[in-house]
Amino acid sequence: MTALLHVDNISKRFGGFVALDGIDLEVQPGERLGLIGPNGSGKSTLVNCICGTLQNESGTVRFDGHLIDGLAAHQRTHRGVARSFQLPRPFHSMNLADNLRIPLLYTVHARLGGLLRSAGELDSRCHELLEMVGLAKKAKQMPRDLTQVEMRKLELARAMAAEPKLLIADESMAGLSHSEIEDILALLVRLNERGITIILIEHIMSAVMSFSQRLAVLVSGKKIADGKPEDVVRDPEVVRAYLGQ
Amino acid sequence: MTSVNTAKFSLITIAAGAVVMAFAHWVHVDYLFFASYTILQFIVLATAWNILGGYCGYVNFGSAAFFAMGAYASVFMHKFYPLPVPVLILISAIVSGIAGFGMGYLTLRLRGSFFAIATLALAVVLQTLVVNWDYVGGSRGAYIIRPEELEFAGITINYIEYLFGLMLLLTVIALITARTIERSQLGFGFATIRDDELAAEASGVPTLRLKLIATTISGAFMGMAGAPFPYYIGYLQPSSAFGLEYAVNSIAMPMIGGTTSWIGPLVGAILLGSAQQYATVTISSAVNLLIVGLMLVAFVIIAPNGLVGLVQGWRRAWRKP
Repeated sequence: MTALLHVDNISKRFGGFVALDGIDLEVQPGERLGLIGPNGSGKSTLVNCICGTLQNESGTVRFDGHLIDGLAAHQRTHRGVARSFQLPRPFHSMNLADNLRIPLLYTVHARLGGLLRSAGELDSRCHELLEMVGLAKKAKQMPRDLTQVEMRKLELARAMAAEPKLLIADESMAGLSHSEIEDILALLVRLNERGITIILIEHIMSAVMSFSQRLAVLVSGKKIADGKPEDVVRDPEVVRAYLGQ
Repeated sequence: MTSVNTAKFSLITIAAGAVVMAFAHWVHVDYLFFASYTILQFIVLATAWNILGGYCGYVNFGSAAFFAMGAYASVFMHKFYPLPVPVLILISAIVSGIAGFGMGYLTLRLRGSFFAIATLALAVVLQTLVVNWDYVGGSRGAYIIRPEELEFAGITINYIEYLFGLMLLLTVIALITARTIERSQLGFGFATIRDDELAAEASGVPTLRLKLIATTISGAFMGMAGAPFPYYIGYLQPSSAFGLEYAVNSIAMPMIGGTTSWIGPLVGAILLGSAQQYATVTISSAVNLLIVGLMLVAFVIIAPNGLVGLVQGWRRAWRKP
């Protein structure tokens, strides 16, 4: 089986600080990968390099069999990479339905060559997506009226509106209560069952452990472990990185 | 909200323009043409500024540069090969549109105040160039003798009325363009850039391309507003074409009216433009900028989203008591 995402030896530095140091990562189609690491270990930088917000200085990123190095973020979104942001970044001047309309218009519409022409079709897609995350009743509300957990759901719905092959959820549960975490986890599992590959970046270990089929660990810009979650958390190097020694 | 489609809106705007023209012709006071020309010119400038500044959220301090570029393109053509003013407007649109694209390409990687400073620098560079360019008059300025009347298809019309009519037509075109953009996919894309560029890119919006479209359209309209100016004023010098009032007014007018909709710049330009004309006649022309400054301060405090935002707020409060 060929990997959906193939990150090969990528590096990124900010001035003298090496944020990513020769990272290799493969993700198979349909897989649920957990990505963990202490603060400042390079998780978000890696996501930014995969999504095109930042460009890696060396190494290559392959997605769905094609090299995507050098492509702008929106081009990668068109290819099928979607992400949610660590801190929700809704379009605050638009209501919830219009927030989802943007990826539908600019990604799905563009990808299909204009299949979403009718306004009715657009509206029903927006509604379906809001239904999926349980926000259908708030379609006409503005993002500022939402609670934190609703904001995370909107963030995920907007990423999903682009109909991605790969979804990267960057700390979509930070700061949420236990039941809210369950809520988001269930949503992510449902998405995965629809065939979407998911990379989950998270600090909350219980969530990561229950969600991930495989776990990768970043420490100081290097990948120090990659494998079955229960093996990885017992790895002495991982334990040392997290607990110190 | 009642929605009027673009074709209907265009017809209404054209009809409104025709009524204004007919009324002005009926009153037939030269001063009225002079004064309203200035207001119309500011409606075009404010609308043009708003396409980049209001819709995309990129503040352009260099409006005067684009305006002057249009004006000096006319002066250049007047000396080189005189053409009718409508053709000059088209030429200015192309020149300023290209300049807008170029400026966008060079500066759009900058955000916030850095972008604003870069556009200000553009105005300074351009003014220096014009001051040292003898062919278009240099720092001495250039005289353009405006004919008294214009013969067209057997009808003679007053030249100032002709210029007024052209500017009115430009205003109509600018407003229709702005509203069409606002309601289109392009307008939605512009709004995402204003809200959050990173999220826009992640949603598949090609932000750089959209911003270049905005700077080009915005620049082209500013140039068009400037094209008939040498004929209107008769004597063009760098300090008047690059005047501070153009840069300040084209920012202040949309701010006062409201930047998120095409109505904002229109309302702001009429309000501020009329106030300035009134002050020019009754007090002194130097009071102009003082009025702008005071109104801008007042609006930033009382109505940060402009008059349009204020009215929308009232309507929302009315519906939800």
